[in-house]
This record gives sequence, structure tokens and C-alpha cells, in this order.
Amino acid sequence: MATFDLELVSPERLLLSRPVEMAVIPAYEGEMGVLPGHSPMIVALRGGVIRVTEGGRETESLFIMGGFAEITPTRMTVLADEATPLASLSRAAAAQRVTEAEAALAAAAGDAPEIRDRAADRLQAARAMQDAAQAA
Amino acid sequence: MASLKDLRGRINSVKSTRKITSAMKMVAAAKLRRAQAQAEAARPYAQRMERMLASLGTAVAGSPDAPRMLVGTGRDQTHLLVVVTAERGLSGPFNTNAGRFARARIRALEAEGKTVKVLTVGRKGAAYLRREFANRIIGEISYVNIKRIGFEQADEIATRITAMLEAGEFDVCTLIYNRFQSVIAQVASEQQLIPAALPANDTAASAEAGALYEYEPGEEELLSALLPKNLAIQIYRALLESQAGFYGSQMTAMDNATRNAGEMINKLTLNYNRTRQANITKELIEIISGAEAV
Repeated sequence: MATFDLELVSPERLLLSRPVEMAVIPAYEGEMGVLPGHSPMIVALRGGVIRVTEGGRETESLFIMGGFAEITPTRMTVLADEATPLASLSRAAAAQRVTEAEAALAAAAGDAPEIRDRAADRLQAARAMQDAAQAA
Repeated sequence: MASLKDLRGRINSVKSTRKITSAMKMVAAAKLRRAQAQAEAARPYAQRMERMLASLGTAVAGSPDAPRMLVGTGRDQTHLLVVVTAERGLSGPFNTNAGRFARARIRALEAEGKTVKVLTVGRKGAAYLRREFANRIIGEISYVNIKRIGFEQADEIATRITAMLEAGEFDVCTLIYNRFQSVIAQVASEQQLIPAALPANDTAASAEAGALYEYEPGEEELLSALLPKNLAIQIYRALLESQAGFYGSQMTAMDNATRNAGEMINKLTLNYNRTRQANITKELIEIISGAEAV
């Protein structure tokens, strides 16, 4: 089956770099499956799970806390803010993040809408992390 | 002249100093390797980020409501200098170099009639600049208790700068840090953060690429999310370079100190032996002249 080059980088290191058949990414406006030959796009990502398919099976799934993806017909580059393999997500840490994000959102209630939006995005990412941790 | 006992004491004390400096040199070498690996690992993200920004920047540049972080406030009056130094000393001229560079910049800017604000990262730079520019320092960030600098810290600094930009507290933001040139050479240098200096690439190629891409959400929202990330990554890179440079500088300084201690020990040992021989000779003369007198 046709493949494209997937690169997943976090600020701290290069996590993945190899040809894959399909990847599902949590794009800003909903999940998005990327196959070889996809039209060129730059998308923002929200907190969610990236699933990678190779040889007809799902081989990797990682949780990311938001980021960006650049897609061209032959490659996809994902710039993740923070990436953790699903297997090593901890429920306790996720729950703590949700609590922190809720507190931050509450504290931002009186601030400018952009700041509130950012806090809300973080809370959403933290909730997604909790869901992913529970499912794993 | 110092007595034999004094000399022995001094030799021993220099020997234990040498032990400490040579141990510090080894530790610095190990940490340098780790810091370099970390800096290496951060490179791919920065490169990809640059590529993405180049294609986005050309798509948005010139539009009247381009984000402030990209085009600045349009003025050039208030400068924010972010000075990155180390948390610890015993590293040769490392901290002083960055401090001196910052001082020259502050003087030059003030001579032009600009207002200068300083944000220091690292304890040593704060201590250096506080003496002369205490009233320009608006914040001091220190990571003295953090073992390994991560992206989190860079993000924290970036958030702070962003908040200040949004509050209109400065017009131009410049980062001053020690660039890691090699293990023995760290160069104090500056980098403009805001307005963002977009990666210069051949405009024809990126214009073509920019026309091709589809954006979700729109270009401007994307850019306004991407720019703070870019700011954080630039700071992260500077922090890592400064860290690697610090260990390089410390290693060199400790190597010199170890060598100097060795020389000192040789000199003291020579002195010790001469004194000992002089004492023996003196005693012999006393004995012989005593025997002759009988």
C-alpha cells in the first residue's frame, strides 16, 4: 500500500519519522484522517490522540496536547506541544491537569476573551487527556 | 621564611583544591555532553517550525491586521532586553561576558534616548546588572532548583513576554545570551524576538508554497497561535545553548584551575625541599662547629 512520510516532533525531541499508510490527527475542527496524496494543508491541532496505521494495523497511538500539522501529498509534519504514548498516560496526572485547567479557566473569567479562549482550549485538552487515559 | 610545617599545610590545601577542581571538570564534561544532546534533540522542531512560519508569514505579511508579534507595535521607543545567564558561577568569564554585552546594549540604547527594560533569566546575570541598572530590571527569573531545563520553562518566559506585549509594555524585544560556538568559545550575542524576524528564505519558492496550502482555521488565527510557540522555541533554543555554553566554559575554567594548582604544588614542593635541606645544613654546621670547639 502507498505510504507517506510522517514526522512527529515535540520541542524536546523527534518522536517518529518513518513512512506510514494512514494517520488520524485531532484537527482543530474535528478528527482528520490523512492518506498519501492529501492536498497541502496547514492545520492547528487540539488535544487528542494521533493514530498511525501501518501494514493495515494500528501501530502507534500517542496523545498530544495540541500543536500544528503541515500536510503535503508526500509527507506530514506534526509539531506537537507535548506527546505521550497512550500506554504511558497516567490517570492521576490527567485528573490533576483537569483540576488545574479548571482553576485557570475560573481565574481567567474576568480577562480578555483571547485569554479565556486559551484557558478553555487547555481545559479541553486536559479533558481529552483524561478520556484517553481512561480508555487506555 | 615559612616553616616546614606551614609549607606542608599549604601543599595539602592546594592538593585538595586540585581534587575539587578536577572533579568539577569531569562533572561539567558529562553535563556538557548531556546539554549538547538536548540541544541537538530540539533542533528538528525548530527547523520544521521555521518552514511552517515561512509559508504562513508570506501569506499574511502586508495585511493590515497582522499580529503584533510579527510586525511589532510600529514604534521603537521601549526596548525589552531578556538577558540569559547561568545560575552558578565558577565558569570563567561566561556570566561576565553576557553581562558586559547587556550593559553595552543598555548604554547604547539609552544614549539614543530609548527606554530600556530588563528581564533577567538566571541568578548571575541579575546580580551583575542589579548593581548598575536596578531600576530598569522589571523581573528576575531563576531556575536554580531545576535540574534539567525543559520546554516548560521556555514556555513560561514566552507567556510572560506575550502578556507584556499585549499590555503594550514594550515595542521591541531582544534576547541576549551566550551562543555556543564550541566547547572553548561562547559568544555573547543578541537576537531580536519581537517583531519576529521571519526566517529568510527565497521568496519565490515560499510564495508558491503559500499559494498552495489550505489553512484550517484561517491564516491569521493559525499565525497568532504559531507565533507564541515560535517565541517559546527561540527562547528554548537560547536557554539550551546558554546551558551548553555554561558547562563548556566551566569545563575550560576548571581545567585551567587544575593545571594552575599543579604548578603551584610543584613550586611549593620545591620550596619545601629547599627549606628542608637548608635546615639540615644549618644543623650540621651547628654540630660540626660545636665538636670543633670542644
